[in-house]
Amino acid sequence: MPDSLTNVVIAGLGGQGVLTASDILAQAALRAGFDVKKSEIKGMSQRGGSVTSDVRFGRRVLSPMVPAGEADYLLVLDASQVECSRHYLAPGGKLILPTAVNPDQLPNKRSLNVALLGVLSAHLSLPEDCWLAALREGFRPEFFEGNRQAFLLGRTGPTPNPTA
Amino acid sequence: MATAERQLLSGNEAIALAARDAGVALGTGYPGTPSTEILESFSKLGGRGQWSPNEKVALEVALGVAFGGARALVTMKHVGLNVAADPLFTAAYTGVVGGLVVVSADDPGMASSQNEQDNRHYAVAAGVPMLEPSDSQEAYDMVREAYVLSERWQLPVLLRATTRVCHSYTVVTPRGPNGGPPKPRFERDVRGRVMIPANARPAHRRLRRKLAEVQAWNESSGLNRVVQGSRRLGVITSGISFMHVQEAAPEASVLKLGCTHPLPLEAIAAFVRSVDRCVVVEEGDPYLVNAIRAAGLPVEGKPEMYRFGELDVGRVRRILQGDSQPEPPKPPGKPPQLCDGCQYRVVFESLRRHDCIVAGDIGCYTLGVLPPFEAMDSCVCMGASVGVGLGLRHVLPAEQARRVVSVIGDSTFVHSGITGLVEMVYNPPPDGHVLIILDNNTTAMTGHQEHPGTGRKLNHEPTGRLVLEDLARALGVPRVHVVEPRVDSEQFDRLLEECLASRQLCVIIARRPCLLIVKRLRELERRECRSTDNPCQTA
Repeated sequence: MPDSLTNVVIAGLGGQGVLTASDILAQAALRAGFDVKKSEIKGMSQRGGSVTSDVRFGRRVLSPMVPAGEADYLLVLDASQVECSRHYLAPGGKLILPTAVNPDQLPNKRSLNVALLGVLSAHLSLPEDCWLAALREGFRPEFFEGNRQAFLLGRTGPTPNPTA
Repeated sequence: MATAERQLLSGNEAIALAARDAGVALGTGYPGTPSTEILESFSKLGGRGQWSPNEKVALEVALGVAFGGARALVTMKHVGLNVAADPLFTAAYTGVVGGLVVVSADDPGMASSQNEQDNRHYAVAAGVPMLEPSDSQEAYDMVREAYVLSERWQLPVLLRATTRVCHSYTVVTPRGPNGGPPKPRFERDVRGRVMIPANARPAHRRLRRKLAEVQAWNESSGLNRVVQGSRRLGVITSGISFMHVQEAAPEASVLKLGCTHPLPLEAIAAFVRSVDRCVVVEEGDPYLVNAIRAAGLPVEGKPEMYRFGELDVGRVRRILQGDSQPEPPKPPGKPPQLCDGCQYRVVFESLRRHDCIVAGDIGCYTLGVLPPFEAMDSCVCMGASVGVGLGLRHVLPAEQARRVVSVIGDSTFVHSGITGLVEMVYNPPPDGHVLIILDNNTTAMTGHQEHPGTGRKLNHEPTGRLVLEDLARALGVPRVHVVEPRVDSEQFDRLLEECLASRQLCVIIARRPCLLIVKRLRELERRECRSTDNPCQTA
């Protein structure tokens, strides 16, 4: 296992599923055998304010918070949250925007968080079965199929919009 | 067994699991970020957890459990310990039979609090041992150790966590049950537990003797450890700061303190002597550095600017470099706001329209201070709206005094507003007063916990219900109104105007369930219908 640490920050607004997305990522990394830490500030998360969640995984994780300028990936669920979270991104780090998936292809609007995790997953080396197991555990059984589709939509990349 | 596997747990979940594994007979507390999930998780794990009206009552109930020889857990946020401080200080004198662990969840940086007080001072002031975990595994292990400590020295133990320990998820390997729960039985100990002065004087001396023993034990306890590194830089730290330090200065030697009261000063002295330069890195107040310097040891502290807010890896790097240049401001995010469709919007619009001077309180509704309402003039602590409003009424010129209104939520009212209401009846201002209780049938801000006014227990099962209007009438308030604030009605607005003009003592209960719990309420009501023979109305 490589010594290096992977730092992910997920940002969005309360109610968008930022914390759920970071739960799924953290569980997938745990299943892949990594040490994992996840940290968030959630006191105000249900009232529409900015919410960010940090996930770090690797052979050994120390601080649970991603230091400013060290995020390898910044996943943003709402375009309005790019500017206030950009300072987390490392030089050369990857910014994943909500436009990375075609909203018309989502099984439902609320699965944007999972679809963007799919986009993120294409950049990470976590095995697909770890992701799917985390998705299965993370939601009620009736939501699994929709989430699996949303995840794979993000993971396999955008397909042309047939109506465009 | 599933519990033997690695699990990703929040610090709060780890505390709950450890309490369950330690055979805790009763967990009590009052909701408060970042502590709330401890009792909820404990209950989900099969433990008996219950919300109390406030932290003082919670600690007193737990103390009774511990007097009875069983293990008790009490949870609260940092400011909750102010409320529970009264029993804590004397519980240190009486001591306990069953283990008693008090969890204080501090909030450096004030993610969701009105101050960033550092509750490590309470361990010193009350004279109780204190443990500080730095991740979920330590939280789990330290709770178990805390019960052993508590029973060995018959003292309450303070477990002091912080937001980044409570709300960070890290890997935990549970260790299974430790020590069977002792069998509860009452043993009379009048001299030990009845704190009249004649008994309290020897009790104080006994407490100091116990603390001296705990200190001697702590010199070599497994709760503190040295991470060997270069002798050029040594760092003394505790709690979450330990994690930041190891990342910021992987080459440093680190003395990581797990039991931070009473401090192992000999072990600290040996560590200080073993390195060329020794820096104390701690979040919040200069607690460790002052104690270590008072012992005559040459250590560096952090520049004053780092006393404010939480630490992180970047700030620890700067502390170690002695950098006190101003820090770049964090870009502002979107502030939270009252939910669209929240009934309290109607209330705050009305308060603004009548140009009220609003003594506010702690809860979602504190967001009424923000635009577009800007209808709050003070917010201090749980329950303060009532007393502060009365004080303003007593001294302001009549034209202003008559516009003063106190606004408090239902859970907050039960927590600390009731005695304020007694004061209102006992010492009424000349032109009366108006107290608005915003009753949304839940403790909304902390994530929708039950309270005595909802008539449901922590696990949502039905129980006795405190009826706020009956209480207000019984206390002798002449005007008590219950009203449903609605967007499409001027009823609330008219009632407020009437009450302000009445110059009497008025309580307006603005009642409507929080939007976010309506679905859950319907489900609970359906379930209760099925389990009783009562004819129920269908929603």
